Amino acid sequence: MVLVLVEHADGKAIDPSLQTLTAARSFGEAVHGLLIGSSVDLSAHGVAVAHVAQHASLDSFAPDAWAAIIVQLADRLKARAIFAAGTDRGNEVMARVAARMQLPLATNCTAVATGSPVTLTRQRWGGSLLEESALHSPRPLVTVAPHTVAIALYPAATTVEEFTPQLTEQELAVKVLERVSNKGGGVSLAEAKVVVSGGRGVGSKEGFAIIEDLASLLGGAVGCSRVVTSAGWRPHSDQVGQTGTKVSPELYIACGISGATQHMAGCRGAKRILAINADAEAPIMQNADYAVVGDLKEIVPAISAELRKSRAVHAPLPGPLPEGERG
Amino acid sequence: MVLAADSMSLETRHLGFTISPHEECGVEEAVRLIEASGGESVVLTLGPIEAAEQLRDAMAIGIDRAIHLQTDGGEWDPESTAAAIVDAVGAEESASGPFDLIFFGNESADAGGFQVGLRVARGLGRPAVTGVKKVTVEGTSVRCEQEVDGGRDVYVVPMPAVVTVKEGLNLPRYPSVPGRMRAGRKPVAVSAPARTQARLELERLVVPAGQGRRAELLGSGPSAAPAVVEMMRRIGVA
Repeated sequence: MVLVLVEHADGKAIDPSLQTLTAARSFGEAVHGLLIGSSVDLSAHGVAVAHVAQHASLDSFAPDAWAAIIVQLADRLKARAIFAAGTDRGNEVMARVAARMQLPLATNCTAVATGSPVTLTRQRWGGSLLEESALHSPRPLVTVAPHTVAIALYPAATTVEEFTPQLTEQELAVKVLERVSNKGGGVSLAEAKVVVSGGRGVGSKEGFAIIEDLASLLGGAVGCSRVVTSAGWRPHSDQVGQTGTKVSPELYIACGISGATQHMAGCRGAKRILAINADAEAPIMQNADYAVVGDLKEIVPAISAELRKSRAVHAPLPGPLPEGERG
Repeated sequence: MVLAADSMSLETRHLGFTISPHEECGVEEAVRLIEASGGESVVLTLGPIEAAEQLRDAMAIGIDRAIHLQTDGGEWDPESTAAAIVDAVGAEESASGPFDLIFFGNESADAGGFQVGLRVARGLGRPAVTGVKKVTVEGTSVRCEQEVDGGRDVYVVPMPAVVTVKEGLNLPRYPSVPGRMRAGRKPVAVSAPARTQARLELERLVVPAGQGRRAELLGSGPSAAPAVVEMMRRIGVA
């Protein structure tokens, strides 16, 4: 059997974990899921047994404790391989598992095939380059790059079993003490349906007013390229890229962004990309679905004006419409 | 991206090298901590002879000295890299005392293994916090803030500790000319660790398909706005 760490939030498994369950089935063995804290329904995803680990000290995330739980359960079950999603948490916990077990770890894989050795494809440069590798290990440890494997439903009769781990003080030494929420709320960049992003071409901090206006009209979030945060025009939390936030909106609007590898690693997950750029030969044009060539300082306000005009026709009230009533 | 003829590495003849963004912030943070509280900072890299230039860059912004684990230029896997760093840190600490904090980039820009810092922490028996965007030393502990969707998670761990950092931790400074002059005189300890056989063994690199799309041109200048809004309506975002 193979063991899969399944991350969950709000009573549901997160998509990257469901993608990982699909990838893990390619090993052709029974798939067991590990849920930490509480149970969620995994019966549509081919899980034979869902192990629910519970412990009084697991009220907040403790990465060494999570690693200890995985090691204990994998040893008890004699798991042949261990999988997790290539999320920040998945990669962190699996790196701790690998360090404890003194085994190699292949992170952010896009394909894995069982065998001896295991052969796999994994992402480099945030997905701008792929690596084909052989993993020589008595117990392969793998994380699956988010949104690279499509979820395939596979109904199964899932048994739920409780698991009580033994955790030491040392394993609970690194633990989240508090969660500080972002001020102001607004749409989260990682989850926005539309992201309007500005690059060097925006020209200044003040130049982002037109980007903000368009984002707010679309109920979206503002993003930017690395050049912009390095210049201090926007906070780093707005940066889309390999070293910033990775976004996956329905539409990504790249204004005055040339499309460097570092940036594309952050917006590759977008369903569609619209590039607005003065340079018709900019690299972003090779990675976009739609393009408008010209001065973004004229084009972006024109799009906002057109949106307002078309909404005035569709609805009598001026300004942004509440969620659910848009076009 | 252009591959070398054997598809085992990138063609780098026409490329420059630099400290990666996460690690650059780690270097800057070390310099700031020492400026604020005194002490000594050391930069370490594992890489070919040319990497000495990046060590000089780090010393030019204020790092006191450097350790260069020199390789023949071939790629090292995360396990070998971590083992060599554990050995080097161990030797250094038995000579000069323990490091209160060891910073790593959260993941390397190229191979992206997300594990060397955590393997070193385990090897040294120290607590580790990852993905850190704010570091505050509080007496004998370090408070670390990790960015998560919608906010920040706060950890406080006792020192000595390992902290893996992300870009956004600070805005790294540029080296000054006097800084560069001083860097030339700072000591670099060079050694050549042995590499073990990689268990995650690279077979070849591949440039992913799907690059080289050509965008549908919706128009030029502000007159393209109606076509853009039409597209937005079609895909259901306007």
